[in-house]
Amino acid sequence: MNNSGNMSRSGLGSLVVIAAVLGGAAAAFAYTAGWLSPGRLTPERMIAALAPPGGAPLGHRRNHAKGICFTGVFEANGNGRALSRAKVFERGNYPALGRFNLGTADPNAVDATVRVRGLGLQITAGGEEWRMAMINPPFFAVSTPQSFHDLLIASGKKDPDAMKTFIQANPEFAAFATWAKTAPWTASYAEEPYHGLNSFIFTDAEGGEHAVRWSLLPAAPVVPISQTELEKRGPDFLEQEIVERVRASGPQRWTMVTTVADPGDPTADPSKAWPEGRRTVQVGTLVVQQIEQERDGPCRDINFDPTVLPRGIRLSDDPFPAARSSVYRKSYDLRAAEASDYPRTGTAKP
Amino acid sequence: MNNEAHRFAPIQRLLHWLMAACIIAMLFIGVGMVSTVTPEYPSLILIHETLGVTLLLLVAIRLALRLHYGAPRLPADLPHAIRLAARLSHLALYGFMIIMPLLGLGMLWAAAYPVVLLGGIQIPALLPQSDRAHTLLWNSHVYLGFTFFALVLLHVAAALFHALIRRDGVFRSIAPLPLRNTTAPAE
Repeated sequence: MNNSGNMSRSGLGSLVVIAAVLGGAAAAFAYTAGWLSPGRLTPERMIAALAPPGGAPLGHRRNHAKGICFTGVFEANGNGRALSRAKVFERGNYPALGRFNLGTADPNAVDATVRVRGLGLQITAGGEEWRMAMINPPFFAVSTPQSFHDLLIASGKKDPDAMKTFIQANPEFAAFATWAKTAPWTASYAEEPYHGLNSFIFTDAEGGEHAVRWSLLPAAPVVPISQTELEKRGPDFLEQEIVERVRASGPQRWTMVTTVADPGDPTADPSKAWPEGRRTVQVGTLVVQQIEQERDGPCRDINFDPTVLPRGIRLSDDPFPAARSSVYRKSYDLRAAEASDYPRTGTAKP
Repeated sequence: MNNEAHRFAPIQRLLHWLMAACIIAMLFIGVGMVSTVTPEYPSLILIHETLGVTLLLLVAIRLALRLHYGAPRLPADLPHAIRLAARLSHLALYGFMIIMPLLGLGMLWAAAYPVVLLGGIQIPALLPQSDRAHTLLWNSHVYLGFTFFALVLLHVAAALFHALIRRDGVFRSIAPLPLRNTTAPAE
């Protein structure tokens, strides 16, 4: 009897141990998944903040939702090899695939209402892919992914003080606001520069490392146009124009220019442009040869995740590419699951 | 087959604990990485993909060892229901170990993401991009991942039940080191 009493006491103790192990493991799992931290900035929260008042654009990218595909080549001139051993900088032509787009969560937005224009690009060289997504302002609106989330929340609020409060907390936004007010509008995707804004590290053949940013500068002459004049040309003028321009005038070109940071230049903050006079290297030319509608086009299936990099290019201390990768993946998962809301030609919605 | 042994072969025990640590790490990295936008995100993805492919190779070795060495017999006095549960849960664990990396690779392929592991090892895509396939594979990977974690917890609970309550030698058969447990196996 004494013996069995001991047994049941130790049995009870063992059950407590088992329960504690399982409970602890489950709690740690829930914590890691963020279920116990509603304040954590997750890709879901970023995507919720991007959604326009009318709801998320089902079947479309959650941001830069309006766009049109292109294919072409990247003509590397070989100069980039001084900075990076990536195959894509070896002199030669490499297939390119991309997407002109508008910085809006509304796939039906009127072109003249969207200030930011973008370009997604994938270059394939030596079996490796290099993906990027660039925009036309020369610096980013905010310093951190958290600030970008806060900007989306503040700009979506009806309260006029929300933006004021945001700008007080994020003074770097003032430069972007000035750009948005003063930079000329154009009536063509072909006349825009596209800036990578984020800093990356190039590794050369000798193992030397270089912090760089890159831009695509248009060969087409820039013809400024007023916002009202652009609006008169129609809601989808930019897509019609680029189709017509490539059909009538042939391939469109951009020079890819990489800018090398001096020691001490801010690599972690894309809202801070580097000072003038930095070393620049023209590494090649993007040639856009053919335009295709997104619905059935080759860019539809591509997530222009800026962390997809060839050997010879890696991430820097800039926090944005990681955050963008996380959010873009979530956006891709969602739109792939909603493909029937944006049916390809010939696949009727069930 | 060597059913008379009371313990798994040392290489089987080693592989069991090595894979256990990796699988638990995989489950935590998996739920952690998809809920963050921090600079750790790309590294977590890289580790998850590299470890996943490694585990796929390890489970193949482990199955071969299991076929070669077999497993110690369960105690004769183990109730029939528990015996059945043990058999089914082990089958399920092996199933998860095989299917989870395949679903993971498949969902990356179906999304047209290049799969590049640590060390620059490229895994060629065996599936074309497909919205429908990606959605199916991705959902399966996520929900089977949660189920896998639940099953791992059940497995841990059963192991502790054998080690602490029944003390029937079952835990000793897979324990990494000989235990000081003096209780004789319950034959």
